[in-house]
Amino acid sequence: MLNEPTGPDLAWRRWLLRVTTRRPAVPTVPAMNATIEVTGLRKRFGRTLALDGMTFTVAPGQITGFVGPNGAGKSTTMRVIMGLDRADEGNAHIGGQDYHQLRRPMTHVGALLDAGAVHPARSGRNHLLWQAHSQGLGAGRVTEVLHLTGLDSAARRRAGGYSLGMRQRLGIAGAMLGDPPVLLLDEPFNGLDPEGIHWMRGFLRGLAAEGRAILVSSHLMSELEDTASHLVVVGRGAVVADTSVEDLIRSASGDRVTLRTSARTDAMNQLAAAGATVAATERDTITVTGLAAERIVALLNHAGVPFSEVSAHRASLEEAYMELTRDTVEFRGAPVPSSLSVSLSPPAPASPPAPSSPSAPSASEVAR
Amino acid sequence: MSFVHLLRAEWTKFRTVPSWLIGAVVAILVLILIGLVSALGSHAVAAGPGGRPRQVLLGPDGRPVQDDFTFVRRTLTGDGTLTVRVPALTGGETGLEQWAKAGLMIKANTQPGSPYVAVMRTGAHGARMQYDFSGDIAGPASAQWLRLTRAGSHFTGYASSDGSTWTRIGTVTVAGIPATASAGMFVTSPPVEVYEQHFGSAEGNMYPTQATATFDDLTVAGALGADDWQGGPLADTPGQVTRTGDAFTVSGAGNIAPNHPDGNNAVERTLVGTFAGLTVLVVLGVLFVTSEYRRGMIRTTFAASPGRVRVLAAKAVVVGAVGFVAGAIGSAIALPLCRHVLIRNGNLVFAVTTGTEVRLILGTAAAIAVASVLALAIGTLLRRSVGAVAAVIVLIVLPYLLSTAAVVPADAARWLLRLTPAATFAVQQSVTAYHQVEGVYTPALGFYPLSPWSGFAVLCLYAAVAFGLAAVVVRRRDA
Repeated sequence: MLNEPTGPDLAWRRWLLRVTTRRPAVPTVPAMNATIEVTGLRKRFGRTLALDGMTFTVAPGQITGFVGPNGAGKSTTMRVIMGLDRADEGNAHIGGQDYHQLRRPMTHVGALLDAGAVHPARSGRNHLLWQAHSQGLGAGRVTEVLHLTGLDSAARRRAGGYSLGMRQRLGIAGAMLGDPPVLLLDEPFNGLDPEGIHWMRGFLRGLAAEGRAILVSSHLMSELEDTASHLVVVGRGAVVADTSVEDLIRSASGDRVTLRTSARTDAMNQLAAAGATVAATERDTITVTGLAAERIVALLNHAGVPFSEVSAHRASLEEAYMELTRDTVEFRGAPVPSSLSVSLSPPAPASPPAPSSPSAPSASEVAR
Repeated sequence: MSFVHLLRAEWTKFRTVPSWLIGAVVAILVLILIGLVSALGSHAVAAGPGGRPRQVLLGPDGRPVQDDFTFVRRTLTGDGTLTVRVPALTGGETGLEQWAKAGLMIKANTQPGSPYVAVMRTGAHGARMQYDFSGDIAGPASAQWLRLTRAGSHFTGYASSDGSTWTRIGTVTVAGIPATASAGMFVTSPPVEVYEQHFGSAEGNMYPTQATATFDDLTVAGALGADDWQGGPLADTPGQVTRTGDAFTVSGAGNIAPNHPDGNNAVERTLVGTFAGLTVLVVLGVLFVTSEYRRGMIRTTFAASPGRVRVLAAKAVVVGAVGFVAGAIGSAIALPLCRHVLIRNGNLVFAVTTGTEVRLILGTAAAIAVASVLALAIGTLLRRSVGAVAAVIVLIVLPYLLSTAAVVPADAARWLLRLTPAATFAVQQSVTAYHQVEGVYTPALGFYPLSPWSGFAVLCLYAAVAFGLAAVVVRRRDA
């Protein structure tokens, strides 16, 4: 902080101070407080409760997946974070600040909310140029982000002729204009071909490695596999699970072990005696719950029971996610019988949504 | 974030959509072309053998005047005073006209259009002092005695009801009257104008009237010429002079007054394409914001610049500037070009001062600019292109066409041009409605009920209210 000038030539010295202490055009290093903090957001659209106490934090240096079925409140939450929608209750902060307090907000947070939000007659380059001008940035930065997203060759064509994948890249380019420490991307994988998905994953991982906080929403968990390291799973306007990917899979997998053995009866007796729950599933296969795989192998070896295969079950991210959100999906087809018997929580009452009593404990709250 | 950045961003948005730039050029072209088509389609040619193009009489200041009356005069050299009693002023078959005039006059010479000063009785407007066609000072309501005094270039008019107690009406300075001038008594009576409006057309038809006045007790102090009183109509209007002893009975017809052109020979007809150019530009003003709502781009805009009212203001500056520049270019070309074509085709176009030309051009530009801002505000409120464009056209263009194309009756047209933003077209009125000249001053003939800048202010008021509403709504509403 420079000292306030005093003395006779106050006016012009103040002016000089102002012109000589301009802030750098773009913060080059993501700030330490590169976070998104969402606290207790509630928002109602007419009779629909869109957000019902949404609370989570996005940490820097990693990609946080923001997943949930359609209508779970992901986009609404993102719009509230971006200062576009007003929440009835609660608040959202970026680096500790309300969005409306940010000067040149695109240098604090970059967002891709809707890849289709372009004027079809404007070129991709000009679409970025007006955004750059709004932040006091020049055409040079536009060239940089076009290169960064691989759009150099298409830059001067009408955006109306872009494929959805190119529009996603254009949206990412826009989010990167201010080189922000925080990124917020709504369904960036939508419409991407496999090559595009591969590129997007690598790109986002690279940004996270630079220390940025990145929130990526998707309604398909599979898109976030191998990309997100942390997950915020939402349903019906609230967080269902806020966990690392590793913990989620571990808990979803439970401790089921599948055992293939020619001596089925012996094995079942031995393991039941050790306190496990045992079920015969096929002629030479049993499923064991309550004992770790290592412990099963030791027990059977000790008892001399032959077995040909022991496999600990590992749930896929998709399975874990389906299990989490089963009770929070508002619209779905006929229930599909699932062989999965994992449960993260006490079984939720399978009651239909009761819109007339939104304060009644919902399945999502119980699940949380 | 500075407002300059916002302005630059919004201008970048505007200039990078090719169809918007084309639209602005189209607006300029239609503004010019409609005026040009109207000018090219207007011919005034000598009809029949002996026909002559219409001549217009110009007054001392170069503006068109009427100068028809019966004048009983002698030459008067140097300073002097004329005094007379006018005991009777009567009309002809159609009765006495309100602006029938009988009184004393000192005129540079008997050439029509030359400078003059007069003091007179009128049919229904009391005693007056008038000079150089447009000057008019009211005197006592009832007076039979009149007096006119010359002192150099200063002239003073008096009126009296008894010939002994005089009321000074006013003193005016008129240059251009030589030391030896014509002085005497005059009578004139303006034609009745009958306004006819049929669906889509309007015209005023003139029917001549006559007035007769008796003058007696004429005294003149000053150097009169050697000739005796002589008189008659100055132009080819009917009128006669009868002298009985010292009393004169004078009848006359015509008017000594500014000539008021109607829409057909006023210079603003060159700008008749304004409504079309304005329509194109208000469509651009609407699209400039509704296209963002339609595609969700408004969220990108408001995320980049959370101060939404400032964004709206920047947009208003951009569409206003585009509208102003397009309107200024269009009217600055249309006015001289179409006037040239009109005059070449033999049409009469009344001359106006450079100041009036500048007001017409800049006023047109300003009206289009503010209309574009109004369109932007309505587009922001409605968020739908079609509805917003329809609303703006119903507010501005429709009332203008209904009232100036003689579709609705003249009184309804006047109210439309007071209450709707179409009032702003008054900035294009160059013709003056003189209170002392009986005439048909309807919108269809180019006369607006409000003065140019008050008409413009009506549009500004609409734009300000709409912008204020848009500012409130855009702050409250989720983007």
